Amino acid sequence: MKKELIGVYTIWLRDIKRYFRDRPRIIASFAQPILFLFVLGTGIASSFSTFGGGSGGDFLNFMFPGIVGMTVLFTSFFSAMSIVWDREFGFLKEVLVAPISRTSIVVGKLLGGSTIAMIQGAIILLFSPLLKIPITFVIFFKIIGIMFLVAMTIATLGIVLASVIKSMQAFQVITNFLLMPMFFLSGALFPLNNTVRWMNIVAKINPLSYGIDSMRFAMLNNPAFQLYPLWLDIVVLASVTVVMSILGSFLFSRQD
Amino acid sequence: MGIEKYMNDINANNIIEVKNLVKEFKGLRAVDDITFSVKENEIFGFLGPNGAGKTTTINIICTLLSKTSGEVTLGGYNVARERNKIRNCIGMVFQDPSLDDRLTALENLYFHGLLYNIPRSALKERSEEVLKMVNLSSRKNNLVMTYSGGMKRRLEIARGLLHYPKILFLDEPTLGLDPQTRNKIWDYIIKLKKSKNITIFLTSHYMEETEICDRIAIIDEGKIIALDSPDNLKNTIGGDIITILSEENVKLKKYIKEITGSDVHDAKEGEIRFEIKDSSSFIPKFIKNSPVKILSISARKPTLNDVFLDLTGREIREENASARDNLRMRMMRRMRH
Repeated sequence: MKKELIGVYTIWLRDIKRYFRDRPRIIASFAQPILFLFVLGTGIASSFSTFGGGSGGDFLNFMFPGIVGMTVLFTSFFSAMSIVWDREFGFLKEVLVAPISRTSIVVGKLLGGSTIAMIQGAIILLFSPLLKIPITFVIFFKIIGIMFLVAMTIATLGIVLASVIKSMQAFQVITNFLLMPMFFLSGALFPLNNTVRWMNIVAKINPLSYGIDSMRFAMLNNPAFQLYPLWLDIVVLASVTVVMSILGSFLFSRQD
Repeated sequence: MGIEKYMNDINANNIIEVKNLVKEFKGLRAVDDITFSVKENEIFGFLGPNGAGKTTTINIICTLLSKTSGEVTLGGYNVARERNKIRNCIGMVFQDPSLDDRLTALENLYFHGLLYNIPRSALKERSEEVLKMVNLSSRKNNLVMTYSGGMKRRLEIARGLLHYPKILFLDEPTLGLDPQTRNKIWDYIIKLKKSKNITIFLTSHYMEETEICDRIAIIDEGKIIALDSPDNLKNTIGGDIITILSEENVKLKKYIKEITGSDVHDAKEGEIRFEIKDSSSFIPKFIKNSPVKILSISARKPTLNDVFLDLTGREIREENASARDNLRMRMMRRMRH
């Protein structure tokens, strides 16, 4: 048992070490959220008056948790998918032939990806004073907890996919056909309660929409923005995580 | 090596036992009912062309791949049921690099040590020891990305030894390296064999490289077609290899068959070849009495390539072609994963 825990720790530590060594990646990870929040967000907010919908003053506030969610989504998903990368460049074999179970590898990878996603998300939180969103200590820790849960959920999806697809080429396809739709239909950029019916249905089966919802709850606590009660968000995220991690361990452990 | 040690080696237990192993990939029989065993502390080699089933067999023995049928045990442990026990006692050097090149050499070893549960107090010392053995001590804090192909391979050998395995697997350890670096790698392997009690299981498609083995299994199209020491294998060839370039091959072939009784084959570039015992006394007589004008004649000791040629009727890949072939093989492997 102790051996397996050390195994989990090793896999986790490698991901963390690689993350902090990759300075360009850390800096680049600021670019996308800033672009979304301050260019797209400000643009859309100011267009409300053009289309006769009031001042749009709360829009940036509404969008902020969505952008944090976006950061968590992409970071944890790609961290988990780095298994595909490791397979391509050979390192995965070193891990697979080591005397630790496949489950420990999966858990280590999940925790590594989630930790990095949490760090990235926390960095985005630094922008909250600019939007005048008060983040107290209590709120901060609530958000950290929720970010971790959301990151785990997404990372388990990444593990499942990484166990099924075996080539780098499929990577791009998944980004375009799964990750982007997941993001757009998560309520991160616009409220889902007033959209067309099909969008609403898709959002209901999209685990990320529960993640964004709970993050919005922790940051803003504005009932007008909430889709579901918090307990439901957490139950859905936790269940998806459990089911997907079992599935992911199973798929990853399969031998050819 | 004293006679006692030698006797011990002969009687040593089998550390790997493979019985009737079969592996099928979607109808293709990559490994076709092979049976062999590897003795403790020997250097055992798999020799055969690319795609013969060498790597597949190794991957099954080292628990990376499931078998279709058959029995495989390593150190008494069953590969299907006692995977972690097997993983604990083997060191691997894979055909393709498996280092994390964003980490330093020392970090790669550190992570390996953690995975194999080496006590942290011993880990540092052991890392230094193996790095010293492969002459990488001075580069230990450099990122692996800055290493040359040969250095990476040496680091992998070092890493494979870090947890003191009973068996070290070397799958094409010199693939893609230049001849000079290849020689160096073999020097390390021979040094390793002399300094440690370790069984080495290697594969290669370079004939001359497998000559350091105590025993060799020649493998082709998923089957073992011969298994013996390199000398015994070469002795199966009936003496020296003679190649002749003449003006009239057909007539000459008939003549040679008549006087020697041995089969004569066509070789490359219009030459013919056959085997004869005691070539040094045969050649002068032969040239004098030959009914056909001889343009050139040469004699040499048989190599493992000749053994392979003798058994299969074709050559193991020529070295010259290997750079391009290796690239192709690697691409094929990529696509398969």
